[in-house]
Amino acid sequence: MAGNDRAEATEEVVSRVTRRRKAARYAVPVAVAGVAAATVGLVPALAASGDPNLPKISAHDLVQKIAASDTQQLSGSVKITTDLGLPSLAGLGGSMAQSMAPGGAGGHSDAASGSSADPGSKLMELASGTHTLRVAVDGPKKQKISIVENAAEYSLIRNGRQVWAYDSASNQAYHSTAPQGSDTKARPTLPKGTDVPTTPKQFADEVLKAAGPTTSLTVDGTSRIAGRDAYDLLAKPKQSGSTVGSVRIAVDAKTGTPLKFTLAPSGGGKPVLDIGYTKVDFAKPAASTFDFTPPKGTKVTEGKQHAEQHATKPSRQEQQGRSQAEAALSNAKVIGKGWTSVLRLDGPAGAVDKGAKGDTSKMPGNAQSFVNSLGDKVSGKFGSGTVFHTRLINALMTDKGTVYVGAVSKQTLIDTANAAAK
Amino acid sequence: MSRAEATGSGADARTSSAGTPGGTPPDPAATGRERSGLWWTFGLFRSELLTTFRRWRTLALLAVLAAVPVLIGIAVKIETSGGGSAGEGGGPAFLTQVTNNGLFLVFAALAATLPVFLPMTVGVIAGDSVAGESAAGTLRYLLVVPAGRVRLLLAKYAAALTFCLAATLVVAVFALATGAVLFPLGDVTTISGTTISFGSGLLRALLVAVLVAASLVGFAAIGLFVSTLTGSGIAAMAATVGLLITVQIVDSIPQLGAVHAYLFSHYWLSFADVMRAPVLWDDVVKNLVSQAVYALVFGSAAWARFSTKDVTA
Repeated sequence: MAGNDRAEATEEVVSRVTRRRKAARYAVPVAVAGVAAATVGLVPALAASGDPNLPKISAHDLVQKIAASDTQQLSGSVKITTDLGLPSLAGLGGSMAQSMAPGGAGGHSDAASGSSADPGSKLMELASGTHTLRVAVDGPKKQKISIVENAAEYSLIRNGRQVWAYDSASNQAYHSTAPQGSDTKARPTLPKGTDVPTTPKQFADEVLKAAGPTTSLTVDGTSRIAGRDAYDLLAKPKQSGSTVGSVRIAVDAKTGTPLKFTLAPSGGGKPVLDIGYTKVDFAKPAASTFDFTPPKGTKVTEGKQHAEQHATKPSRQEQQGRSQAEAALSNAKVIGKGWTSVLRLDGPAGAVDKGAKGDTSKMPGNAQSFVNSLGDKVSGKFGSGTVFHTRLINALMTDKGTVYVGAVSKQTLIDTANAAAK
Repeated sequence: MSRAEATGSGADARTSSAGTPGGTPPDPAATGRERSGLWWTFGLFRSELLTTFRRWRTLALLAVLAAVPVLIGIAVKIETSGGGSAGEGGGPAFLTQVTNNGLFLVFAALAATLPVFLPMTVGVIAGDSVAGESAAGTLRYLLVVPAGRVRLLLAKYAAALTFCLAATLVVAVFALATGAVLFPLGDVTTISGTTISFGSGLLRALLVAVLVAASLVGFAAIGLFVSTLTGSGIAAMAATVGLLITVQIVDSIPQLGAVHAYLFSHYWLSFADVMRAPVLWDDVVKNLVSQAVYALVFGSAAWARFSTKDVTA
């Protein structure tokens, strides 16, 4: 019907009018898209602006507040971001485990280590990347942590003495019964000092005294975490040479519960570890949250049996590894104090040499070259060695088999090793 | 042809509405216009629905969608008949839980069809909606009906959305029937490990079906817009489905992570969050918002194109 009534107009005018009308109509979708894009860009900026105004508080009082906090019940979502500066650990761990597993996956008789619901195999995934966790706590006896995955979830549930792990992606469960004594274990959010400091004030005193010579502890403003007002407690090493730049803990102003923990490297850049609530609720979680009955058809692995099997019949490899580890640990020595302390592991030269050689020969070629590419060759009074570098931890492995590990810079590590080798 | 019949039914609707004046209107002429306008929209929508669902093509697409859950159910049954567990080599989400509870076949089937099958059928229907009429030469007859292009476009979009819901429900219903026949039913274990009753599990399945249908709202608008650009139905369908595949590929490349959140398909699988306890609404809401934005942008673009288009065929 449009255009019919304009029959008498000249063609030129018609085409000009329609062109203008067309342009005007196309402005509508463009405007809608523009508004949407602007909203996406502006809303987080608006939400983030404005730290809450809270009464001033001293570092001592804040530490005391944390210690006095009596949060028994909470539920919420936690976002954890880890950036150790390593290539994806999960993938590496998987490929290493696969290629190094004796007899391959098919001939592996131990059911437990093949279960994807085994808590140990899941923890590796949290060591790199960003993950969303859901947490629910109801007193010291009921806890639940779930790793949110795409259309699946891995849940670790503790209800009294029953500990369940359920991996919905593979439909497998893992069950174990906690020993009797562990019922009295403190809640996971903050291990309450049952031993030495008995009051929150004492606890705060102890913490500040211990931190005194090496750490500056300050209250560094306020922030809003998961919709709650929080104080930021900032801990910074006083010594130079540490790879830790600062540790920042956001503490809920009302309850004293730590809501966010950020570990920044001294080298700058993204935090090495950033873990904090995105949502938190201090109400009692529904009791059904902690009930787990393995659904029919779910493969259940019993954790207890698994442990007994190992205790009675450890494999030869494992025995060898354990004795090596024990020997190495017996020779471990901490050099230095505070943030720049370095752990020195003096392996019995022969054993470690042999062990290391044996290990590397067993490693697949790509893994060995990967390990080599990570390290830098260095030399000093300790002889020569290789420094393995991450954003947080550095390790020096001398050719003699001594290992120095610490959250210190590469230069500090070499200096420490030089001093120790004298 | 069905088109002639459709316009005929629209005309019937108009005469019947004109014949029954409602109440005691102060201005009968104005109310009559309003009423006939409403009737026109409804009549157009009804005729669009009839033309869409009477086509053999539509029925064939729905039959293919109905076959997917049946095939998945049978495959899982055969694979697990020896006592093994399903989906150890990957596969769509929820596949492993199907053996515990037949209800999970609904989720598994929707998770399997949502990435490609479902939107492909929607792309065929929406892509053909305007361009197909144009190619068959029926579009100008439709425009002779004094309903206006905007109403015609709205009726076509509404018919496409109805197809989205129908296609999703076909998958869900066939999956539920297959699951009930082949696997046990009973209390449902959510993916968070808690147990809910079968009734509330069914309710969640219905919610999931609606969410999946809503996930296709934005894509249907894109199909409609593409359909107004060309006079060839085949070209419009191919372009729409091609766009879908391109977007899915972009969404799967981790290096392009910066743009993922803006793709219409990025939050499609968020329906799985309904099966958590407590339900995690964040991504579900993001999905609905992104679908609404896509529908608005491409709906208005389709309007801008169609209302100024020279219709010659």
